Amino acid sequence: MKVYASVLKLRLLIGMQYRSAALAGVATQFFWGFISIMVFEAFYEFTAVTPPISLKELITYIWLQQAFLAFIMLWFRDNELFDLITSGNIAYELCRPTDLYGFWFAKLLAQRLSSALLRCYPILLVAFFLPKPYNMTLPPNVITFILFVITLLLGLLLLVAISMFLYISVFVTLSPMGSLLIFGVLGEFFAGLIIPIPLMPLWLQKIAYVLPFRWTADFPFRVYSGHIAQSDAIIGVFIQLGYLLGLLWLGKLALNSVLKRVVVQGG
Amino acid sequence: MSLYFKYLLILFKSQMQYRTSFWLLSIGQFFIPFSIFAGLYFLFERFGQIKGWEFFEVALCFAVIHMAFSLSECFARGFDTFSSLIIKGDFDRVLVRPRSTFLQVLGSKFEFTRIGRLLQSAIVLIWALNNLPIEWSILKALTLFFMITSGVLIFTGIYMLAATMCFWTVQGLEVANIFTDGGREMAQYPLNIYQKWVARFFTYVIPFGTVNYLPLLFILGKTKGDEILYMLTPLAGSLFILPCFLVWQFGVRHYRSTGS
Repeated sequence: MKVYASVLKLRLLIGMQYRSAALAGVATQFFWGFISIMVFEAFYEFTAVTPPISLKELITYIWLQQAFLAFIMLWFRDNELFDLITSGNIAYELCRPTDLYGFWFAKLLAQRLSSALLRCYPILLVAFFLPKPYNMTLPPNVITFILFVITLLLGLLLLVAISMFLYISVFVTLSPMGSLLIFGVLGEFFAGLIIPIPLMPLWLQKIAYVLPFRWTADFPFRVYSGHIAQSDAIIGVFIQLGYLLGLLWLGKLALNSVLKRVVVQGG
Repeated sequence: MSLYFKYLLILFKSQMQYRTSFWLLSIGQFFIPFSIFAGLYFLFERFGQIKGWEFFEVALCFAVIHMAFSLSECFARGFDTFSSLIIKGDFDRVLVRPRSTFLQVLGSKFEFTRIGRLLQSAIVLIWALNNLPIEWSILKALTLFFMITSGVLIFTGIYMLAATMCFWTVQGLEVANIFTDGGREMAQYPLNIYQKWVARFFTYVIPFGTVNYLPLLFILGKTKGDEILYMLTPLAGSLFILPCFLVWQFGVRHYRSTGS
């Protein structure tokens, strides 16, 4: 465990070096957030029926999405790992006296964590002080906030567990692009990045609720705004845990089976 | 010009060497805007309209801007990935050749897999046009054509500006994405749904509004006043590329090699 902790720490420090890149990212995300809020505002303005999620909750949802984008995006990837697999340098990784799954998991986790840590503060800070109706609001009470933090962290672990499959699939296909696109498009859609899950038609919501993707980001964000009641949120935490353990187990199994067949082609 | 087609042909052949990868990527490119469009469709299913705009009207808007975007990503990719040319010092080689830098950079890379994206927007375009009660005339068809061309020119202009910045920063700038990806995202809805200042900025500074909002009004017959003026706006919008071209020339003169 200590090894993984130090990998995590090291990678976190490396990730924190890219401050100017993060700043550019923040600007982009702000713009993005504004645009989507304005689009939804326009949709809400003349609506005849009451939408299933209020505009206020939706705005908070969008800002959280922008602040923690690194926790949602599946195509946020580590090209280094892809190169390792395709170029054969994976041999070095296999020599290390640690379990490959845990090692990579820690690495990927640190990347997302550092990127989110750099970006979320400026976005959240400004989002709170924006003029109405664009501002973000505080969660209804402290317990909701604590639940939000728990679900967000579990969501992050879950997302990394999902993204591990991306890297594992490259062992088979040798080109990351195909799986990246499929994972990216489907995963992001069902995580509510394009339209929030409550606004999807019912049949699509049903699909989204079955898939693990929405538990990574959509769920914690709605817990935050109080759109998901506390009692439901606690049940959700257990579902998240269940998914997490299941995916970790499957991922390890899959990685071990591809590693058995891995061919290192000189190089 | 013939040189340009030679570049085009060579790069096309080289990409076609990896045929499976090419098709997979194209299919992937098809699905990226497809998911965005699905989102748009579902929103309309729930809300019915957006500030008085119908679904098919917005779909037309969406198709035009995505078509322009995919074409420009295909043909102006050289400027988009220009920073790698600078970092590796390859731009020195471009400078010693007796042809214009613009043409060579433009021809340095094409991304043919964007055909998937183009196909997706073409399908949306046809679907939208079939469902809109438009009285067609030659002028309107011409306007539609100009809208797309002018969109391509504007996107190319933004790529050029971003590439020019590389002369000073060496690294590529992510901020430019606001205007390319962000601009595309924004312009897929008619501009008047946004706040005034956004609409103004994207009409007068970066003229996306002239590509798909003002001429769209003309095509849909929603104009008030002089129709010809609305029709000519895409042409005015395409003037955007001229200052970009000048800035590029200015940047080239200030180029300092990284020496690697």
